[in-house]
Amino acid sequence: MSPVTPRSSRSIDWPLLLIYLVLVGLGWVAVYAASYSPDAPAHPLSALSFSELMAFNWFKQLIWMGTAVILIAVLLVVDYKAYDTLAYVLYGGMIVLLLVTLVVARPIAGSRSWLEFGPVRLQPAEFAKFTTALAASRFMAGINLRNQNWRDQAVLAGLTLLPVALILASNETGQALVFAALLLAYFREGMSPIILLLLAAGGIILLLALLVPKLWLVGGFTVVLAVAFLLNSRLWRHHLPLSLGAWALVISMVFGVDFFFNNVLQPHQRQRIEMLIDPGKDPLGKGWNVTQSKIALGSGGWFGKGFLNGTQTKFDFVPEQSTDFIFCTVGEEWGWAGCLVVIGLYLTLLWRILLVAERQKSVFSRTYGYCAASILFVHFTVNLGMTMGLMPVVGIPLPFFSYGGSSLWSFTILLFALLALDAHRKQDLVR
Amino acid sequence: MQYLEGRRYVVLAIFTLVGVLFASRLFYLQVLDDSYKTAADRNTLQRQVQVPYRGLIYDRHDSLLVTNTPVYDLMVVPREVKHLDSARFCQVMQLPLEDLRLGLRAARVYSRVRPSPLIQNLSTPELAAIQDNLISFPGFRVQARMARAYRTQNLAHALGYVGSITPKLLEAPKYAHYAPGENVGISGLESFYEPVLMGRRGVQYRLVNVRGIDKGPFRGGQFDTLSQAGQDLHLSIDAGLQAYGEKLLAGRRGSIVAIDPKTGEILCFVSAPRFEPQMLTGKGMGNRYMDLLRNPDRPLFDRPLMATYPPGSVFKMVNELVAMQLGVVNASTGFPCDQHLIRCTHNHEYPSNLNIAIKNSCNPYFYQVMRAAIMRGQSKNKFEDARLGLGQWQKMVKTFGLGERLGVDMGHEKRGLIPSPEFYDKLRGYHHWNYKTVYSLSIGQGEIGITGLQMANVLATIANRGYYYAPHFVRGIGASGQPLPEYQQRHYTAVDTTLFKYVIPGMQQVVDGRGGTGSFASLAQYGISVAGKTGTVQNSHGPDHSTFGAFAPANDPKIAISVFIENAGFGGTFAAPAAGLMMEKYLRGKVGRGRQRWENWVMYGTAPTHH
Repeated sequence: MSPVTPRSSRSIDWPLLLIYLVLVGLGWVAVYAASYSPDAPAHPLSALSFSELMAFNWFKQLIWMGTAVILIAVLLVVDYKAYDTLAYVLYGGMIVLLLVTLVVARPIAGSRSWLEFGPVRLQPAEFAKFTTALAASRFMAGINLRNQNWRDQAVLAGLTLLPVALILASNETGQALVFAALLLAYFREGMSPIILLLLAAGGIILLLALLVPKLWLVGGFTVVLAVAFLLNSRLWRHHLPLSLGAWALVISMVFGVDFFFNNVLQPHQRQRIEMLIDPGKDPLGKGWNVTQSKIALGSGGWFGKGFLNGTQTKFDFVPEQSTDFIFCTVGEEWGWAGCLVVIGLYLTLLWRILLVAERQKSVFSRTYGYCAASILFVHFTVNLGMTMGLMPVVGIPLPFFSYGGSSLWSFTILLFALLALDAHRKQDLVR
Repeated sequence: MQYLEGRRYVVLAIFTLVGVLFASRLFYLQVLDDSYKTAADRNTLQRQVQVPYRGLIYDRHDSLLVTNTPVYDLMVVPREVKHLDSARFCQVMQLPLEDLRLGLRAARVYSRVRPSPLIQNLSTPELAAIQDNLISFPGFRVQARMARAYRTQNLAHALGYVGSITPKLLEAPKYAHYAPGENVGISGLESFYEPVLMGRRGVQYRLVNVRGIDKGPFRGGQFDTLSQAGQDLHLSIDAGLQAYGEKLLAGRRGSIVAIDPKTGEILCFVSAPRFEPQMLTGKGMGNRYMDLLRNPDRPLFDRPLMATYPPGSVFKMVNELVAMQLGVVNASTGFPCDQHLIRCTHNHEYPSNLNIAIKNSCNPYFYQVMRAAIMRGQSKNKFEDARLGLGQWQKMVKTFGLGERLGVDMGHEKRGLIPSPEFYDKLRGYHHWNYKTVYSLSIGQGEIGITGLQMANVLATIANRGYYYAPHFVRGIGASGQPLPEYQQRHYTAVDTTLFKYVIPGMQQVVDGRGGTGSFASLAQYGISVAGKTGTVQNSHGPDHSTFGAFAPANDPKIAISVFIENAGFGGTFAAPAAGLMMEKYLRGKVGRGRQRWENWVMYGTAPTHH
């Protein structure tokens, strides 16, 4: 553990850096288009004072980008071992910060998750993903998930769920959902695939229970199970209790959906799911966001309407245009071709992170790489899915694209911590 | 640990799958499904129609009859209505509380954010009364638009009226480009000349933002069109003559139509009872319309065009001309006044020639004229002879513009009836009728119907000695100053133009001869020779209708006129003096002071002394 001067500039993963720069650059262009107003005064920008410029989201985003550069420098210069060493400290600090936020935060749009420092607002939850990923990776390095050590698994689950609970308490359901991403990393490190499958199956059954008459669902599942038993006598002999248990679970889930839907979900969450199922129900009210988002996207065509020519964008039809619904601007002004490029960039980013993660020598670094990829992936999936009406409206940003300092910073930290670890991978001993 | 490496591909596959799923979903949304593009246009494109200024209407002396005036609608945007003091509002706006309640409810049903009309057609003074108070009622605003205004109290039947387009009209292909709520000419000239008066709409495509606020033209206005004001109409109507005619027939039912025979221009068009054109515009128009509709005297009924009457003795002229053309009679033909054939109402000298017969309106004479025209021995079978004869007669009579639409520039003209042989075949059975069945036609009675306009046109044809121009109201459209081309064409009858001169001396005798039946129409005191013919029409609805047809001056006719007065008795009594007064008014520009007693006579039936 002798301090070695990092020669990170030489061994940094240039493809990842390049993709990052392209995404942030394109994101800024999209934010500019989304915050562009055709009625803005025609005088040159140089004539505007600083505070006047601060009224523009694209200008503030420039400042966030500038500060992100400083952040990157710090992340790369810091001793790479600090991420490992300080993992629990950072995690603990974040838990405290989340608690403090919960107490002192003023409710903004129904959520108590923003800390305000003068004109700057930060959302600790954005950074909790990073610290939790670090802590989980650190913990993972010391255990073996394959060994089915219940205690270890419980600790890992607690480690993950503690920030989730605090974020849920601050009414930021979307940010809390993102933590599910960590399961993908745990899976890579040996978590039983059954947990993933069960979660996926549970999600599908819940969705079906909302869409299909319940008796059909129960009947269909019973018939499938019966047929399986008739065809396979081994199943009958060896797995009867398990199968019956699964059957009972499905039945209770199907009938529990209504209870969950009506009693557990908050009204606005219920509405978002209703709107997903039937967006035409109230296109001018609760369905407005999804309807307008689909209109903006859908009117883009093959190649879009051109930069600053998106009518839906310019004339404010899509709410939250520069933050959560930034992809509408991409779809409207750059068309399907532009969307394909952006989606391609994200896939390339994710593939590259996996590649980088797999070449790490330490479990900590690899797990952390998977965590980072999974978190980015969940943001990408939920955000785009919501924009094109495939998922309920969950307000989480699109990494590197959405306007906002918290999200740009947190994703930058997430990615560049990995880059820093990767730059020093050769100095790391296999533990 | 080695085998866990395979799991990277599971994660990789999940990432890739989602990417592909999104790309295909976007392909569907953006490329395949067009509905989002139209939805985007619906969001942002607002089609603003600019209704052009409707054309004005002038009389033949260029005095303005119909113009446009701004009227105001009080609009309400339900969402913006705040703390409405309805009692005060109703007091200020002069609106019953119930109307406010219903109006607000209807507005809310239509849209909470778009304006709906609450009170329509406020005049400028009415607006002035409420305008200052509007500020204290948020959500209410005034919207101006143009409505028709009238500078005349007359001519309502010809002018027609303008109103919001009805759902039924909207379905017609002719009105395909109209939007609900737009104004359209509903009847009369306003309807017939709708495309001319309307002009061309301008359309502007504007971009609007999510709050409906204008954000400038769409694509730099390349799809926009400018509105073009409607063209003015110059009528052939003489407003003074029209007013005089309406005054004469006040309190009666009937019609007066006068035509300039040289051009076919309609000089006056009186339908009694009358109403004023302004009744069908502005606030309360609907109620006034319903009142007119329910009136038992049917003031809305356009009598000169739609009421068909048997013409009575005036029709004898047509029969005589047809018979002369067929060569069966001539001006010196004499027939006995044989009362066994048909009753003659006048006790008169022996009709040894046409002049005497016309002057005395001798029924037996014209019975025999038509019999000669019909029963020409074309078949040994007298039934068949009558069929053939009546068939030829009908075709020739129709060339006078009878039993057919004359093609006046108005939509609701009636054909009238000139019976064909088939008509009687149907009525009586094939070969079950002969001349004795149809002889009433010889004196313009029986199964025959003509309109006041057709009668005036017959007089114009005789005045012209054999031809007519289709009667029309509009002598000049817009800048061209020309009438429609169909009104510049002469129509000849089946009767040779050389024959017309033979009936005119008799018609002059009717007015100016000793004991002529139409002497009340005489203008001899001014040296104007009038040719005319009285008619008395029996009808099943009470006393006879009084009719008179005339033209003057006989040798250089400037006006041809027909007068129908329902249930007024002998044609010479009321219809003839009315025609005389009208011709005097038109030819001299005024009515002599000494002739005012005739006005009273026509209007009130108080006895004049014979001049």
